[in-house]
Amino acid sequence: MTQGSAPARRPNGAAFVIAAFLAAIGAVLIREAGIIPDKGGYSGVGPGGMPLLVGWGMMILAVWTAIDAWKGRFGAHEKPEFGPVLWIVLGLILQLSLLKVAGFAVASGLLFACTAFAFGKRKLVLTLPIGFIFAFLVYGIFDRVLQLNLPAGPLETLIYGG
Amino acid sequence: MTTFEFLLQGLGTAMQPMILLYALIGVVLGTAVGVLPGIGPALTVALLLPVTYGLDPAGSLVMFAGIYYGGMYGGSTTSILLNTPGESASIVTALEGNKMARAGRGGPALATAAIGSFVAGLIATLLLAFLAPTVVKLALVFGPREYFGLMLLAFVTVSAAFGDSALKGLTSLFIGLALATVGIDQLTGAARLSFGVPQLLDGIEVTTLAVAMFALGEALFVASQGSRAEEIVETVKGSVWMSRSDWARSWKPWLRGTVIGFPIGAMPAGGAEIGTFLSYAAEKRLAKNPEEFGHGAIEGVAGPEAANNASAAGTLVPLLTLGLPTSATAAIMLAGFQQFGLQPGPLLFVTNPQLVWGLIASLLIANVMLLVLNLPLIGLWVKLLTIPRPWLYSGILLFATLGTIGANPSAVELTMLLIFGLMGFLMRVYGYPIAPVVVGLILGPMAEQQLRRALSISQGDWMTLISTPVSATLIMCAILALVVPMFLRWRGKGAVLSAVASDAD
Repeated sequence: MTQGSAPARRPNGAAFVIAAFLAAIGAVLIREAGIIPDKGGYSGVGPGGMPLLVGWGMMILAVWTAIDAWKGRFGAHEKPEFGPVLWIVLGLILQLSLLKVAGFAVASGLLFACTAFAFGKRKLVLTLPIGFIFAFLVYGIFDRVLQLNLPAGPLETLIYGG
Repeated sequence: MTTFEFLLQGLGTAMQPMILLYALIGVVLGTAVGVLPGIGPALTVALLLPVTYGLDPAGSLVMFAGIYYGGMYGGSTTSILLNTPGESASIVTALEGNKMARAGRGGPALATAAIGSFVAGLIATLLLAFLAPTVVKLALVFGPREYFGLMLLAFVTVSAAFGDSALKGLTSLFIGLALATVGIDQLTGAARLSFGVPQLLDGIEVTTLAVAMFALGEALFVASQGSRAEEIVETVKGSVWMSRSDWARSWKPWLRGTVIGFPIGAMPAGGAEIGTFLSYAAEKRLAKNPEEFGHGAIEGVAGPEAANNASAAGTLVPLLTLGLPTSATAAIMLAGFQQFGLQPGPLLFVTNPQLVWGLIASLLIANVMLLVLNLPLIGLWVKLLTIPRPWLYSGILLFATLGTIGANPSAVELTMLLIFGLMGFLMRVYGYPIAPVVVGLILGPMAEQQLRRALSISQGDWMTLISTPVSATLIMCAILALVVPMFLRWRGKGAVLSAVASDAD
């Protein structure tokens, strides 16, 4: 709390967003806790008790965060670059949506190339094949040797057999 | 049977060729992954959990033990040669170790870390073996209210006692607790916060959360920092062997580090990394030439590194005997146990003694393997450090998603991975600690269960929580651990606390 490394102690916009987010989670928890049929039994605390408690805790933390933000005590932070972040997120979304159709190796190869792109290796002609080959090897080791059940696509079935 | 006989029996289990092989694979993988920059033991264990999915419980847990010790070892190599500790417990090692490496004494620094880790690991694992049965006996006397008190204490020490903001630590903890309420209530079977999504009824997997927050969060964070921090890998010049004076200066710090580290790790409270700081301070005070500190004093590597390993073995005491994880790494280990339907705690020593003692014995063996393997293989680990970042993080992300895909290849699970990854990233940007989220998620439902049981027994009387000396003391400790640091920070004495931030571990 005594961090205060910000040059000028002014209200911190991001901290207010965080406070609002915490309050929103708190509200959801409190609302959901009300819906759960309360079977407290002998203890008097049913399944809704914990969500209610955590919900109110979140509310208190939200207020606390807002106060700290108002008084400029939240602490400074460097502004991140969002470009590379978006590339990695894109890779994850591609993997997630192509996993069932294209199989583990192709989907994960795309993630590999996207991440490499985010970290500055921009030549997709180079990184895509490396990603595919690497993911194929990983598939072979984990699915065939270590008995992990990874989704197989047409290529996996073709190379490693069904 | 006495502890000694149990341990011998455990060694018998652990010496089977297949089990030895599993331990060896675990140690090598653990070190190799732990060496990679930016990967602490918690993430090492989380990333490598899928490797063990296909094995039987005994083999899997033994491999796990190897991974755990290997990951710890790998972390020290990174901090000596790279000065970017992957774990908070290695910060101190980096302090002196990296200076030594820059002065061309990287070899002896790595050697004293390795041998110190071995000495501390050996003594601490033996202490674990001899202490565990006593704690188990003690734990059998504990009722729900005492367990609840213990968990409360663990919550506070993991989240609010250290680090630079009680607010941020508590917020992280409550995010974990909130996520823990998703799914079916364990006592009544009522569905909670599943929002009509059937996959959410099972709750949120600890491993998914840990991998997302540590691996994805870290990768996104490093990517978002651009090329700001260029890292220099120090090469190991000259001999890795320690000179006679190095030995003379190292052996006492090793032993002192062990004595300091083990009890701190073994306490059922978070903050195991304090041991490394205390050891560093002790060595600095006791050193014949304190002016060397800050310029590469070998004592400053030997002591903290021993303390680090000793407290790592120490955290296994509450984990194995009480089922209480006090660090993110221990939380993931607990998840590893649970995948086989095993619940660590006093009962496990009774129902599955072979497994527990086999595991403890494997820790001893893993420790020996690390010593034998790692000094000769230092050249290889240094090569791992020089992997360019694009390839490194691409590989990390591939393995991170692999674990989730292997356990549960559903779009919902992968979406959760993505969301938690983004959350981990934002939390890093705004300086929130990650470990409390993981501990809150796994310990939240356990604490809730114990609380409701205690209240059931007392028919709803909350005073039951402070009606025995033990539970009252535990709850008092928890309150003090929350209030005292806040007071210290308010008085402007927070610098020490923020130095001990439990960041990645």
